[in-house]
Amino acid sequence: MSDQTTENLKRTPLYDVHVEHGAKLVPFAGYEMPVQYPMGVKDEHLWTREKAGLFDVSHMGPCFLSLEDGIGGGDEAHAKIAALVETLVPSDIAGLKEGQARLTVLLNEDGGILDDLIITRPIGEAAQGSLYIVVNGAVKDADWALFERSFQGKAVLTRADDRILFALQGPKAVDVMSDFFPGCEDLKFMHHMPFELNGTSCIVSRCGYTGEDGFEVLVKPEAGLPLVKEMLTDERVQPIGLGARDSLRLEAGLCLYGHDMDPTRDPVEADLAWVIQKVRRERADFPGADRILKARAEGPAEKRVGIRPLERAPAREGTMIEVGGEPVGIVTSGGFGPSVDHPVAMGYVRSDLAEPGTKIDLMVRGKARPAEVVSLPFVPHNYKR
Amino acid sequence: MTRYTQPTTFYTKEHEWVTVHNDLATVGITHYAENQLGDIVFVELPDVGAEFSTGDDMAVVESVKAASDVYAPIAGKVVEVNPVLADKPETVNESPREKGWFCVLEIKDGAEIAKLMDEEAYKAFCEGL
Repeated sequence: MSDQTTENLKRTPLYDVHVEHGAKLVPFAGYEMPVQYPMGVKDEHLWTREKAGLFDVSHMGPCFLSLEDGIGGGDEAHAKIAALVETLVPSDIAGLKEGQARLTVLLNEDGGILDDLIITRPIGEAAQGSLYIVVNGAVKDADWALFERSFQGKAVLTRADDRILFALQGPKAVDVMSDFFPGCEDLKFMHHMPFELNGTSCIVSRCGYTGEDGFEVLVKPEAGLPLVKEMLTDERVQPIGLGARDSLRLEAGLCLYGHDMDPTRDPVEADLAWVIQKVRRERADFPGADRILKARAEGPAEKRVGIRPLERAPAREGTMIEVGGEPVGIVTSGGFGPSVDHPVAMGYVRSDLAEPGTKIDLMVRGKARPAEVVSLPFVPHNYKR
Repeated sequence: MTRYTQPTTFYTKEHEWVTVHNDLATVGITHYAENQLGDIVFVELPDVGAEFSTGDDMAVVESVKAASDVYAPIAGKVVEVNPVLADKPETVNESPREKGWFCVLEIKDGAEIAKLMDEEAYKAFCEGL
């Protein structure tokens, strides 16, 4: 790798920790990020499914959006900030309970997906009128510019991507986390709690990107760095790189922005229609509502599905899908699933071929390799509902 | 053409090893290569009878992360492929220099061997990376 490609890269506050743990660093979303540690992608993946994996996701885009005329004011203030955000996303933000989070998508005027993001309603009357939002690292600048343009004079954006955002994922995550954040074990999936850590406030959310139970923590570097270092001394915890993060989320059937969804795809095609709650469908007041609701009623032309190659050759992103020699779709994520011990993929196929059990061919290096459409996820989710 | 009556091993800058014995060359990837690739989950080998020029795409190694091409280190015709790798691709990680060989080539031009690195030169090459 030449110096030219690395000289403009940013580093997260956990950079030195990655280096100390022997990480192999690669450019990712404008940052120098660990792709793997000496343990290797496969064992890091399996470790996370069995114990607890620690992921640095500080490259992502955590931010706060607050009413321009100040926060506080309970439900009324929440309704006000929610109404602003709902002009850009199709989910029911007004209906969030205090402490609750929701996955949603940022839409362009045609109903295409600009990003996927998690929006959280804070706890306590004094905090209402603000939202905690985490967007993807690769598109955070564009997302934030859109927020600022759209909410000018009404809401203020505060970036929080100078902090540490890390995830602890896996069946042992809750035991490790409750040593540091007593009470966090009572959180349900997609809920959060604020904590004080050495006098610094931080946000603990029960969510993640692996299909396992787990948490994400947003914390300032001065408190977060010693916390992460201490967690990594726990024998149940290993640092996990981007390689295993990708294979874990793919087995869990979770989309990667820019790959499994992009501005040309709407939420119905992406099989994410569930992010549009009934109250929003009825109001049909989100960007691209015509296209999206039509696709929902009549069925989309193409649909995102799970794909299981029936032989051992993995099919990577960009692999063409054929049936009887006719092109019918494309693989958008593909690789090997260490937990299921066979290749796994996701992609878009013509809707009439989206039924699980449908036989398709994957054109891997010019050869048709047999595969089957399967329902997602490849491994069951272990969320704490 | 030089006759290598004792098997002799040479290396390429692409981290392949080539063990030459008479007019046959057994080809595989080095420990350095398999270590860089990580856990190997699939190896696509050439068909027996296929002919390659030097530098042609000859095989593909897939790790959990990505697919990587393996180039023909010398020109030749494939006379045998390793049957073990179809079901046990991880053999390349476990035994890159022995059980994890890829294929045997019938050497087309013995003079090409002289362009490859010997063990000492390859070791120095890896240390410089």
